Amino acid sequence: MFERVVIVGASAAGLTTAEQLRRRGYDGTLTLIGDEPHRPYDRPPLSKQVLAGTWEPEKVLLRNEAALAELDAELLLGHAAVELDAAGRKVVLADGRAVGYDALVIATGVSPRRLPGADLAGVHVLRTLDDALALRAALLDRPKVVVVGAGFLGAEAAAVARGMGLDVTVVDPLQAPLQRQLGERIGALVARMHRDHGVGMLLGTGVSRFVEAAGRVVGLELADGSTIDADLVLVAVGAAPATGWLTGSGLSLDNGVDCDSFCHAGSDIYAAGDVASWQNPHFGVRMRLEHRMNATEQGIAVAGNLLGDNQAFAPVPYFWTDQFDTKIQAYGIFPTGSDIQIVSGDPGERRFVAAYGWNGTVTGVLGWNSPREVRTLRQLVADRVAWSTLSIPSAVSALAAC
Amino acid sequence: MRVTIDTERCIAAGQCVLSAPDVFDQSEDDGMVVLLNPSPPDELVADVKQAAALCPALAIMVEG
Repeated sequence: MFERVVIVGASAAGLTTAEQLRRRGYDGTLTLIGDEPHRPYDRPPLSKQVLAGTWEPEKVLLRNEAALAELDAELLLGHAAVELDAAGRKVVLADGRAVGYDALVIATGVSPRRLPGADLAGVHVLRTLDDALALRAALLDRPKVVVVGAGFLGAEAAAVARGMGLDVTVVDPLQAPLQRQLGERIGALVARMHRDHGVGMLLGTGVSRFVEAAGRVVGLELADGSTIDADLVLVAVGAAPATGWLTGSGLSLDNGVDCDSFCHAGSDIYAAGDVASWQNPHFGVRMRLEHRMNATEQGIAVAGNLLGDNQAFAPVPYFWTDQFDTKIQAYGIFPTGSDIQIVSGDPGERRFVAAYGWNGTVTGVLGWNSPREVRTLRQLVADRVAWSTLSIPSAVSALAAC
Repeated sequence: MRVTIDTERCIAAGQCVLSAPDVFDQSEDDGMVVLLNPSPPDELVADVKQAAALCPALAIMVEG
């Protein structure tokens, strides 16, 4: 049994790991290190309610003071970890302090990717609470907005900005928003939804450079040679695992912190949340997920394995996105090149569930304004139902009803 | 055990129904949480705690 557990990363995954350790009876010392000064907070509302101004910023805090005190942990907030000495079993912080451990959990998440030449006034990224508040304040000046990148974050932020009545354009080199995550067919529906709400969609062309005047962004030049005006640019081109501080630690860092199916990265070091890649035995593939739900589930799994559960982490992932009045929810994985079939509802009525098949098995179900149906049809993924079975509609409803 | 829900936070993920189907349901129209039993019996306490821990919107509060 370990007596000193140190968790680096004080967001959803790190906090969940800490809480689950205590819930399960761990009574050794616990240290939670976070690079932001804020108490642990939740990120999904940042690009939704916080950006829209419908929630006060305090509402994103994951726990109140009393709950954090109950955790009986040393909270080192506003302290970035800068080095891991795995042989000496210690984490070095930016102020030079070394924190020793018996077991280490890495939950440092991801950092937004940036674009060259984007270091200008008026250019934003969105990852932290401070980012969200700065972007919200800037949107209140009613700028002409360009969102670079049509992934979940870009699409959600574009929807919020458009909901504020702003002139919004989304630019992405791919042919459809969310294409990388959900494929072309669903991506086309997302594009139509945005266009129906008045968002300009410049798809199939990337950004070649930022146009500036006196240090402030005034537009973008696109790969096709055209230019568009912008008072504000949100760069939402994905994020990279925050593993810079682990360079030289000896850990494998090909895709975040590379773990085995037990979320173990080596030498009593585990990883959880956005930063961790691991072999998911349910699908037989290595994955790294930047989903809110995974942060919780993986934190719980890591706490269990620290306490000797010796259980592989084999979840059916869940994620969602809210854009305008549409709720998209998904269970499973959605590899590029998957087959896709509508198994419930009708896309024309903006209410349906699509199943995704990959290597002959149902690997994902996606609900469009269909929360109950997609939750029920999740069973197709959990049971690894054969894709060929879906050609018989009655069999689908029977399976989903199981 | 006493369960309360915050419907303003709920995002209709349905994780609670997967964890504790005798205590939680989702509405037919928008999938928002419906609390079936605010005082679940002892044998469901572990499932309800699991539901509260997994809720990605922090919409479930458990006391006792």
